[in-house]
Amino acid sequence: MKPCYINSAVSISAQDTLDNSNFLENTISFEGQLAKAIHPNYKLFISPIASRRMATGVKMGIAAAKKALELAELETPDAIITGTGIGCIEDSEKFLNAILDNDEEFLTPTSFIQSTHNTVGAQIALTLKCKGYNVTYVQGAASFESAVLDGQLLLHENEAKTVLVGGTDELGKYLINDIILAETAEKQPITTPFGEGAHFFSLSQSKQNKSFAAIKGIKIFNKATTETINIKVEDFLKDHDLTTEDIDAIVLGKNGDTFDELYQTLQYSSFKSIPQLHYKHLCGEFFTASAFGFWTAANIIKHQYIPEVLKLNTIKKSNYKNILLYNQLKGQQHSFTLLTSC
Amino acid sequence: MPKNRVAITGMGIISSIGTTVEANLHALLNSQKGIAPIVNINTRHKNEIKVGEVLQTNAELAKSLHLNENHNYSRTALLGCIAAQQAVKHANIDTIDAFRTGLISATSVGGMDLTEKHFQNYNAESLKLINSHHAADSTEKIAALLGITDFTSTISTACSSAANAIMLGARLIKSGQLDRVIVGGTDGLAKFTINGFKTLMILSDTDCTPFDANRKGLNLGEAAAYLVLESDAVVKQDNKTVLGYLAGYGNANDAFHQTASSENGEGAFLAMSKALKVAELNPEDINYINAHGTATPNNDLSEGKAIKRIYGDSVPDFSSTKAFTGHTLAAAGAIEAVYSILALQNDVMFPNLNFKTAIPELSMVPITEVTKKPLNYVLSNSFGFGGNCSTLIFSKN
Repeated sequence: MKPCYINSAVSISAQDTLDNSNFLENTISFEGQLAKAIHPNYKLFISPIASRRMATGVKMGIAAAKKALELAELETPDAIITGTGIGCIEDSEKFLNAILDNDEEFLTPTSFIQSTHNTVGAQIALTLKCKGYNVTYVQGAASFESAVLDGQLLLHENEAKTVLVGGTDELGKYLINDIILAETAEKQPITTPFGEGAHFFSLSQSKQNKSFAAIKGIKIFNKATTETINIKVEDFLKDHDLTTEDIDAIVLGKNGDTFDELYQTLQYSSFKSIPQLHYKHLCGEFFTASAFGFWTAANIIKHQYIPEVLKLNTIKKSNYKNILLYNQLKGQQHSFTLLTSC
Repeated sequence: MPKNRVAITGMGIISSIGTTVEANLHALLNSQKGIAPIVNINTRHKNEIKVGEVLQTNAELAKSLHLNENHNYSRTALLGCIAAQQAVKHANIDTIDAFRTGLISATSVGGMDLTEKHFQNYNAESLKLINSHHAADSTEKIAALLGITDFTSTISTACSSAANAIMLGARLIKSGQLDRVIVGGTDGLAKFTINGFKTLMILSDTDCTPFDANRKGLNLGEAAAYLVLESDAVVKQDNKTVLGYLAGYGNANDAFHQTASSENGEGAFLAMSKALKVAELNPEDINYINAHGTATPNNDLSEGKAIKRIYGDSVPDFSSTKAFTGHTLAAAGAIEAVYSILALQNDVMFPNLNFKTAIPELSMVPITEVTKKPLNYVLSNSFGFGGNCSTLIFSKN
């Protein structure tokens, strides 16, 4: 597939990332098990009447999407493609609670309507009156990458000139507690907090004034082991006429659990002499947390600088041209993403 | 002839009218509907609704998949595994990774049926079930069953989900990213969806009547269906029997309302127009439309208007098969893809059951009897909440 260009990158996360003037300068560290998003003033993005009914994820998603279009100076994209792992869990929980508490009686439709996974993508389309291609991916930790891959494919096929892609996940109030309890029972549980966030990016087929990085390639795969991961990464790079030598930094989705051995395999072999970075200690673990990693990598290319808080080793490079991201969750939903300067 | 054609070489299905492709065809040809009072879910609304339910219990479905009793498969995953396994077998695939093979599945309800059981009641059982909640879980289980290790993804665009999964699969083959993709969708019935549609007041208390002036709403259904899509190169190399081709596809957003369709069917009109363009066909090339036709007042009027915007008064033969299966939500696009291929293979159009009176604004009369006719192109619509509209066009050659 042909590369495509990134014209804006917006993050709403547990860090102060929406303000573009600061690239992870004063980060917060977390004591507890939750890393809740820092919310912007939503009045700047959504009318108060509409906002009142919207769950956290929808509000974060619309705000990040609008900001991404504003920064890219794009009014309406040709396509809107979103990813979410857990979906609209706040409204799902509200509706489930109502069903269980009242034994299927006295229910109202609002939370059901807003519980469908495509609510964020649909609300963005509705807000922008965008009638173009619109899809929502729900592939766990590869939800955001699925959206990016589809976006790159649309641009490659010449089905669109501009695409808005993003990932959104909200913590919710109930299921997350059970998820944490279940995780705690694991032998080597996730050590980063659980987080939430919305990340949106404006992509284009051709290089524009605002373009500051390009997506060279993306690969999603279902299975890999410590024995096969090196071959997988070499094959992926070969598809783009690159070798491991060409990579200037690797961004890893480490979360402290037993599956970190997949990342460690790459850290100790193919990529041992380049800068190695992590980010989930900053944004928390959630299905679209890798979009925070994507935002980080795009910003490193833009600023040609790696914030200290991301570093896993002390190696520096004079130039950050090719950055590789690798993410997986519990040994499933693996993805490689290759960003490059443009 | 367009380059990089996308061939369909296998199909699998489990629905309320049959647990195999042959059984579904038999029911369609004999006007045997699968709509009845609900059996497997103990809901307060059981006397007020009729559904298209797969009659096997979870235990029976699990047994046919040889799962041990301690499994954590949602009903969505069980149905999906059965249909996907059939599709791969039908396509005579022995070694799944002999080619770059992907899986794209669609679901809206995911593992909600399991979550309903342990939500508000965390216990030892929850530990086992908690990771089955999210939508990718059923897809992962299908991938594991089929041995798929390459590209795997899940789509959730409400009731248009499976159509979008089929579309992405075709695009990945056409662009040379994959050689073969198993595509489709699965959704089990759950209290969550029954109550959700109930609050929207669009559930019929009797057999649904698509495109009828006096339609009272939809019957919910549950089902799973998958297609095996293969590139021309794979078809040639393995000397595959081709059941039909995916000739065109279109996706658009109505951008009108979170749940309601626009009055002039803008999204539906755009999706159909795009699909015709991709297929390089004129509207009159379409021999039969398998409509979305949910039998809600809003959908059928809006879809009918969209069809009329394309065809004026020369609307092709059309019918909705929802009165057989109920509305199977995220699976619907795949169920109706299987029915579209069956229509092409057998040169037959399936009846729109329960139709009596045309909608006055449309004066459109669907096919109401099993009707034989040579078919070359069948168009299938799937629309969902969130304004998501998708159209697929299947061809015989």
